[in-house]
Amino acid sequence: MTMAVYRLHALVCAGAGCVSSNCKAVEAALQDELKKAGIADEVKVVETGCIGTCDLGPLIVVYPEGVFYQRLTPDDAREIVNEHFIKGRIVKRLLYRPSEGAEPVARTSDMDFFRRQYRIALRNTGVINPEVIEEYIARDGYTALGKVLSSMTREEVIDEIKRSGLRGRGGAGFPTGLKWEFAYKAPGDEKYVVCNADEGDPGAFMDRSILEGDPHSVIEAMCIAGYAIGAKQGFVYVRAEYPLAVQRLSKAIHQAREYGLLGKNIFGTDFSFDIEIRVGAGAFVCGEETALLTSIEGKRGEPRPRPPFPAVKGVFGKPTLLNNVETYANICPIILNGADWFAKIGTEKSRGTKVFAVAGDINNTGLVEVPMGTTLREIIFDIGGGIPKGKKFKAAQTGGPSGGCLTEEHLDIPMDYESLTQVGSMMGSGGLIVMDENTCMVDIARFFLEFTRDESCGKCTPCRVGTKRMLEILNRLTEGKGEEGDIEKLEALAKYIKANSLCGLGQSAPNPVLSTLRHFRHEYEAHVREKRCPAGQCPALTNFYIEPELCRGCGLCVKVCPENAISGNRREPHAIDTDRCVKCGACQEKCPFDAIVRR
Amino acid sequence: MVTLKIDGQTVTVPDNYTVLQAAEAAGIHIPTLCYLKDVSQTGSCRVCVVEIGGRLQAACVFPVSEGLEVKTNTPLVRESRRTTVELMLSNHPQDCLTCLRNQNCELQKLARELNIREIKYQGERSHYPIDASSPSIVRDPNKCILCRRCISVCSEIQGVNILGARERGFETVVSPAWQEQLVNTACTNCGQCVLVCPVGALTEQDDTDKVWAALADPDTHVVVQTAPAVRVSLGEEFGLEPGTIVTGKMITALRRLGFDAVFDTDFSADLTIVEEANELLQRLKNGGRLPMITSCSPGWIKFIEHQFPELLGHLSTCKSPQQMFGALAKTYYPKKAGLDPARIVTVSVMPCTAKKFEAQRPEMRSSGYQDVDIVLTVRELARMIKEAGIDFVNLPDGEYDAPMGISTGAGLIFGATGGVMEAALRTAYELVTGRTLERLDFTEVRGLEGIKEASVELNGTVLKVAVAHGLGNARRLMELLRQGKAEYHFIEIMACPGGCIGGGGQPIPTNTEIRQKRIEGIYAGDRNMPLRKSHENPAIKVLYEEFLGEPLGEMSHELLHTSYTPRLKYKVALPSQGQERLAGNA
Repeated sequence: MTMAVYRLHALVCAGAGCVSSNCKAVEAALQDELKKAGIADEVKVVETGCIGTCDLGPLIVVYPEGVFYQRLTPDDAREIVNEHFIKGRIVKRLLYRPSEGAEPVARTSDMDFFRRQYRIALRNTGVINPEVIEEYIARDGYTALGKVLSSMTREEVIDEIKRSGLRGRGGAGFPTGLKWEFAYKAPGDEKYVVCNADEGDPGAFMDRSILEGDPHSVIEAMCIAGYAIGAKQGFVYVRAEYPLAVQRLSKAIHQAREYGLLGKNIFGTDFSFDIEIRVGAGAFVCGEETALLTSIEGKRGEPRPRPPFPAVKGVFGKPTLLNNVETYANICPIILNGADWFAKIGTEKSRGTKVFAVAGDINNTGLVEVPMGTTLREIIFDIGGGIPKGKKFKAAQTGGPSGGCLTEEHLDIPMDYESLTQVGSMMGSGGLIVMDENTCMVDIARFFLEFTRDESCGKCTPCRVGTKRMLEILNRLTEGKGEEGDIEKLEALAKYIKANSLCGLGQSAPNPVLSTLRHFRHEYEAHVREKRCPAGQCPALTNFYIEPELCRGCGLCVKVCPENAISGNRREPHAIDTDRCVKCGACQEKCPFDAIVRR
Repeated sequence: MVTLKIDGQTVTVPDNYTVLQAAEAAGIHIPTLCYLKDVSQTGSCRVCVVEIGGRLQAACVFPVSEGLEVKTNTPLVRESRRTTVELMLSNHPQDCLTCLRNQNCELQKLARELNIREIKYQGERSHYPIDASSPSIVRDPNKCILCRRCISVCSEIQGVNILGARERGFETVVSPAWQEQLVNTACTNCGQCVLVCPVGALTEQDDTDKVWAALADPDTHVVVQTAPAVRVSLGEEFGLEPGTIVTGKMITALRRLGFDAVFDTDFSADLTIVEEANELLQRLKNGGRLPMITSCSPGWIKFIEHQFPELLGHLSTCKSPQQMFGALAKTYYPKKAGLDPARIVTVSVMPCTAKKFEAQRPEMRSSGYQDVDIVLTVRELARMIKEAGIDFVNLPDGEYDAPMGISTGAGLIFGATGGVMEAALRTAYELVTGRTLERLDFTEVRGLEGIKEASVELNGTVLKVAVAHGLGNARRLMELLRQGKAEYHFIEIMACPGGCIGGGGQPIPTNTEIRQKRIEGIYAGDRNMPLRKSHENPAIKVLYEEFLGEPLGEMSHELLHTSYTPRLKYKVALPSQGQERLAGNA
């Protein structure tokens, strides 16, 4: 067999985001144009997992140069083929520009978004075709498993993971090696390895991207874990909302079985291990480990008390090792490159890298992997390209609805487990939602609490009734019906729910409220005492005002106001009588000087 | 054994104990709500929190370990417990005064114990329709505090799996699947859920008004029968110890309430034994379907109809004592007393909610009327006695009316698990051997073990029997039977744990200790009876001579035997959308 050699490779991002923006049509057009031009055997089009720059899709990266074309339509295919692929001329109009009017950047290696990343968990995502096992193998795939099975004892594997300093990437940051050791030491012949792929934080999608873009890295790591703890069966618990991940993972499992890399007598050794996919119904609480295990058992996904911990009594009452997708994605590089290599990356207590899903008020929405300890400033401004429309940065929510917010004063703290906890937030699964100056922090807290209230399983009283009562108070505040004492009630209830809830969902649900109270208490107070929303967001609390320094006194607003609420002398700044104003906004629309604001 | 410290006190307990059990052993009271010994241990209500290592933990599920330090009475613990109950109250109708469980409500008791004086966090309340569709049980989800004891008892103890949590968060509600009405499910009406409910969310259908109306009607002749297990529990409603036998006071109270005749279900229990023992012997002789299974427990009957319809042929065709009584009360009794059967109203006092359903079965009209008109639970009778202002504890003893008040110890022990078996064996032995049975106590079939077995020699053949109580145990036995692994001749099954003394119509609380005491009361009563074998009951002999003819005879067949209805596990007509889907498929 001879391997076909191609002059160029065009990688088409087929992550879920790009699939939604119709990358398949772009890919088809590209193939079509290549055929028409007669160079289909010179340029290979490869479908990959998520490349990371989600709001720039559909996109392709052309290798060997690494030219990055963005926001493509099928109509762009002909130009790319004729100009770039045939004549070698880069199509400038399709390149990325760091800011409006800036010079376009052609290569990924010159783009800050890619240049500043350090990809371990995402090493193959966006690089290989996830549906072709050979592409994974070509990038050292299943070498780690081979190494483990041929030259390492179970204890050595666990020791390697322990020494690497890897900690759980799903939220709590528990030392992974220690977890493996607990499961290894737990008495019992029947043990299970479980992968938590029930990613549910709003805005987080790193686990989905790994499963969609590099499913074998998870399969291989689970096999290694199975060998280490003495399990023969693994489960991947993945939410039904990730159909593409389920499909690619199923395909990968099938391929691995065919190659003897999964199933009976892996690599011809006497080690056998297989994996089954369990599709969850999409309840946020099923990301909580005991609820996840209960759901795997076929019951309503509700948490159960710990202890006993899953390592002792997990799925079907048997010792169970449970890690998250991103954690597993780090295992093979650690085995191949050694614990020392991994331990050198990151900070003293948080080793390695972390993937962040950056979203919200930021120029480059997407997935980035950086060494632990990278500052928030680097992520938001250097990699993320800053805040759109030149607005001011106000806060960033880390850890999703269970986490807290970071403010301007935290821009230079290192992003690692301890530092984030110290300032009242948490790493969580790596969701990072950026908020600009127009964000009302009371409303943000209300938003997250509405999420956790909805997602509470309803088993324990504090979470079931407590989050409801908290949300009612927050609703009152944003509707201008807050009463003196509400903030104190909110705070007391928040602390109570944290201390009394059965599982991690309830124990962390009040975090967004507590952290916004900590950093933006004045905004809460303004809502209660002045019935005012400082960010000008809460509709019930906002009023229209005329900025006197911008107003030229043209009188247009006076003419359109249906309530005669605006008055002022000609050519002098006008004013709005807020008692009369019905907030219709007609004046703001009409004002030629943008002098009318809402706050 | 491990040693730990609770509130500074050193306690040594077995290492499988929870902190709650350890505290109990040390005499330290920790309030609980969702926890129910032998039934439910979910750690969900969070009332029992204690401080361990600076964190709050639910004592009911937290395992003890060596050197553990537990604090049960700190400001954080007290404030947390109080807030938890306040939050429950904030979503609970504050209608204690008119609630059936007023003064016997665990939530009310907790609010008092925890010194709750205001509910700081007010807000929206849940609103659900009340499900009164079942003739036996009423569900009011508005009062439910989601402790989930009912789910545990229904699924884990009874193995019926009707109740479960639906929806989530604040909208979570306990209900049958698809929030279907109880009447449309495979609910057996056993009422164990009612017994474990800490509040008024699950109650019996109250039929006291119907009885008051019948008693007030000058044109009716109201007859009452009292089940064996009622006399050992009714006293609890008036502060007496569980197991106290109050037969005489009960009879007097019933007369004072205005019943025209006070009869005993023990009488028809004796009749059931005569019929059933003869049926067993006939099946043994003629190669009929074996094992034969008892049919007195209406919860069990509905269970087997839904869950094992293919095994219905194993059931004895004998009606339950309640229904045999009802059929005779509107045929034999009026004939003998010179009454118009149309004017007779039959009321029964039962330890059972399923009896309400049984009385309404279409098969139960062999007198030409509904044989049993109204069924009261023990709790309902107690409420009537209280409403009438009767000082129950100080009542003089009364006696049952003849002839349907005459009974033996064999009829009485129907009230405890194993009792029907024991009574049947006493009669079968003498019928087969013609010899007098020396040892009347078949202790092998007594007690609270889930499934009991025994074998008895009858004229050279060994009769193998089994006894199960609680539907979970019944299911296990039926699975064996279905697999051909249950080689018995005769099986007794009672739907409720402990038998009728643990029935769903019994006083609340009913727990293992109380069940045990009621059982002791039953067997003490049996020991003190002059006659202890059903076939020796003189009134039964007269009944056959004057009216029925012979056991299994034509009259018996007409009045005392019945047939069963195979039922589906789920209603055929699903909720509307499901129906459309089914129709679409067809």
